[in-house]
Amino acid sequence: MSLVFAGVASHAPGITARAERADPQLRDAFYAAYRRMAQAIRGSGAEALVLVGAEHFANFFMDNMPAYCIGMGEEYEGPIEDPDWLKIPRGTWPGNPDLSRRIITEVMQTVDVAYAEEWKFDHGMMVPIHFLDPGGDLDIVPVNINCQGPPLTPLHRVWEFGRALRRACDAAPEKIAIVGTGGISHWPATPNSGKINEAWDRDFLDKWTRGDRDALTAYSDAETLRDAGQGGFEIRTFLAVSGATEGASADIWFYEPIPIFAVGCTIGVVNLDSEAAKQAAE
Amino acid sequence: MSLYSLQKLIYELNRDPRVQRAFTEDLDGLLANYRLTPEEEAAIRTDDVGELYIMGVNGQILMHFAAWRGFEWDEYIQAMKDGLKKHGQVKGGLYAAVDGGEGGAV
Repeated sequence: MSLVFAGVASHAPGITARAERADPQLRDAFYAAYRRMAQAIRGSGAEALVLVGAEHFANFFMDNMPAYCIGMGEEYEGPIEDPDWLKIPRGTWPGNPDLSRRIITEVMQTVDVAYAEEWKFDHGMMVPIHFLDPGGDLDIVPVNINCQGPPLTPLHRVWEFGRALRRACDAAPEKIAIVGTGGISHWPATPNSGKINEAWDRDFLDKWTRGDRDALTAYSDAETLRDAGQGGFEIRTFLAVSGATEGASADIWFYEPIPIFAVGCTIGVVNLDSEAAKQAAE
Repeated sequence: MSLYSLQKLIYELNRDPRVQRAFTEDLDGLLANYRLTPEEEAAIRTDDVGELYIMGVNGQILMHFAAWRGFEWDEYIQAMKDGLKKHGQVKGGLYAAVDGGEGGAV
């Protein structure tokens, strides 16, 4: 088994772009949880980071929108946004085309996926990388699920995509960390930016920590749009991690709404030991 | 087709410095590449972020256009609020369905 770490983390651009405008106590506690996640990834011995994101029309547009895409580049440049706006310096991060090719090939056994040898990271990748791998020590395998331009892939398919990613990771000798990065309820890039449905988020996270497939895949997009905003479509990134760690429980290391960051800021980590224990019991 | 073209222009602006240069140096020539209505073209020429939002430009595309055109964060949010006040609810795209059709009306 080569999956050594699994978790989820928020990526809203305000997390870095508007850092100085947040409640310092909340912000610092959130950053600390992010750094704790970085330490846990380092401690796991991970050599590669499969980062499952929901990019925002940086690389993919409605002229040819893949439901799923996996990067197969030698390196990736980012941020695509103005670095002064995002407050993350522009740089390049190493890819691993050989590992990507093996992952893509295995995923394709059950899920049709696009691939990309060229990929510019937007805040959706850059914010997690800024906290989790600022030195570029890990090989990045970027994964995108279209969460922005409907029609969107249905949640039960996302679950299967997560399972396929896991199968691909398990077939690789490299030690791999997987992190899903998205928002839960939020209304980003609207006049209501900063609106967060905390009760909905906490209910979702309760289901997520239990890895409850039936509950997690039961949301309709209409319900999500109504209760969690268009940003809520990014729960797909959380579900992919659940699918990849089916049977495991997870812990929330941090959750607090931080309105100026436009999202309920979240760090969640899957307890991979619980998965092994459950499998052993069966 | 028109909202698609409008969004494609902004998508390409956001990601390609060459398109940004064309926007600054030869806007007429650049706009000739896209099938825009006169109203869309006017909104682009006047940096009318509020009207672009109401036309249905996806916020994730519009946010970076606004930043590139020099809007500070609060100005950008206010421009969308002003757009709603002036033009009514969002007319197209995904954001027309946000908040039960109110498009993020506060």
